[in-house]
Amino acid sequence: MNDPIREAVYEALRAATGGSVALSDDTRIMGELGLTSVAVLDFVLEIEDRLDIAIPLDRVAGVETIGDLVAKVSEIKREG
Amino acid sequence: MALFDQFVSLAEAYRGLQSRPYNPFDIAFDAILSPTEARLQGRQILLLGTNNYLGLTHDPTVIAAAVEATREFGSGTTGSRIANGSYAGHRALERALADFYGRRHAMVFTTGYQANLGILSAIAGKNDHLILDADSHASIYDGARLGLAPVTRFRHNDADDLARRLRRLASLPGDKFIVVEGIYSMLGDTAPLRELVEVKRQWNAYLVVDEAHSLGVLGASGRGLAEAAGVESDVDFIVGTFSKSLGGVGGFCVSDVEGFEVLRIASRPYMFTASLPPAVIAATAAALRQLRMRPELRHRLTEHARRLHQGLADAGFELGPEPNPIVSAIMPSPEAAFALWTRLLEAGLYTNVSLPPATPKGLALLRSSVSAAHTRDEIDAAIAMFAEAGRAVGVIAPARASTAGGAT
Ligand SMILES: Cc1ncc(COP(=O)(O)O)c(C=O)c1O
Repeated sequence: MNDPIREAVYEALRAATGGSVALSDDTRIMGELGLTSVAVLDFVLEIEDRLDIAIPLDRVAGVETIGDLVAKVSEIKREG
Repeated sequence: MALFDQFVSLAEAYRGLQSRPYNPFDIAFDAILSPTEARLQGRQILLLGTNNYLGLTHDPTVIAAAVEATREFGSGTTGSRIANGSYAGHRALERALADFYGRRHAMVFTTGYQANLGILSAIAGKNDHLILDADSHASIYDGARLGLAPVTRFRHNDADDLARRLRRLASLPGDKFIVVEGIYSMLGDTAPLRELVEVKRQWNAYLVVDEAHSLGVLGASGRGLAEAAGVESDVDFIVGTFSKSLGGVGGFCVSDVEGFEVLRIASRPYMFTASLPPAVIAATAAALRQLRMRPELRHRLTEHARRLHQGLADAGFELGPEPNPIVSAIMPSPEAAFALWTRLLEAGLYTNVSLPPATPKGLALLRSSVSAAHTRDEIDAAIAMFAEAGRAVGVIAPARASTAGGAT
């Protein structure tokens, strides 16, 4: 179950939220985590660096939950 | 779901503001007396929150040009340049801009916002890549989204970060377009253009610079940051606006790139909107002549910018990093920004409140901007009002007893 993409996403989210919130695949990124739209974009920069990939903004625009994000990033990583 | 349900939390925040004596996002001046003075609810207010950098809105030659053009050509064009035809003034202004920048091509848009929409959506196709500075203006983000190219960002003003991101894209086909601003509108900082140009060359990318806040402000001839940094020949597209230093409304792009003119029949934000009215075109052309003929305006602007930046720093405010005409005080919270803004307005000084998502990194800003039309006394008066109001609302420490006047 050692998925480096899932780990990178969770680590980046923990850093962005200060580790104060319990995270699961069902957590809604904007609503429950209180991240603003700008903070979400900055958090995408972080994931790009951790995984050394480029994540075009339109690919993650519709993402709502952490699980969606992991799936989307995994898809981009497979393509690249 | 009811209509506009998606905006409930936004509407709530806005309602909170409406219960205040003044709402920073809903101010209506009764009269504008000069580039630096207005009347608001019966009181005269000193303006320190416009983008009227050169004070050209009230220049007699600018006003005369607008009046004459209205008499001669009417109040509006009633259509787009493609469908309904250009007027002589549109072409003449494009030639004047091309001449000013020493470029072969110039295109005028109806706003600066639309210039970014029109250029960014059209230059990068679906197999190309747009790489935006993270702190880019909303019009750059929106323009990028309007096109088909994938969009990524790099960390604000970080050339190494840009290089890293271009490396990740290097194996993908298509052209790469880097988009940055001259002076950033929120904190007044400039792009490290020489370093960015190095990276651009290394990765063989195109470079777009939005000089919205730097036209007429930076560079020996006022052409902006690219001129000041000595890298004009490495900037492929310069975008700008008429709404700030030129005192009008409208946007433009100049370029030497071969084939540029095809954008007139390919760029939707150019084609499917009405062209600028004759008065605006003529006023802008006159303002551009003033900008070129009167470098002293720019010098006075720079002097005022330094004075305000130094004065507010001495008073104890935390500011943006560079003494440009945009001087932003970083506030501990939006509430503090509202409190300071209100106190300043009550004292007779108009500034701006800037909040996320317009600001980077979630910052709350009390944003000022100076004009060449200010007097030195007005700048000093503004600094004094800031110091008093800042202490009153508790965003700066009480006055230090003996240091007043001792600043270097
Ligand atoms: C960097 C930047 N680009 C473009 C614009 C849009 O210009 P305009 O307001 O003239 O449409 C602005 C300001 O509004 C800006 O700050």
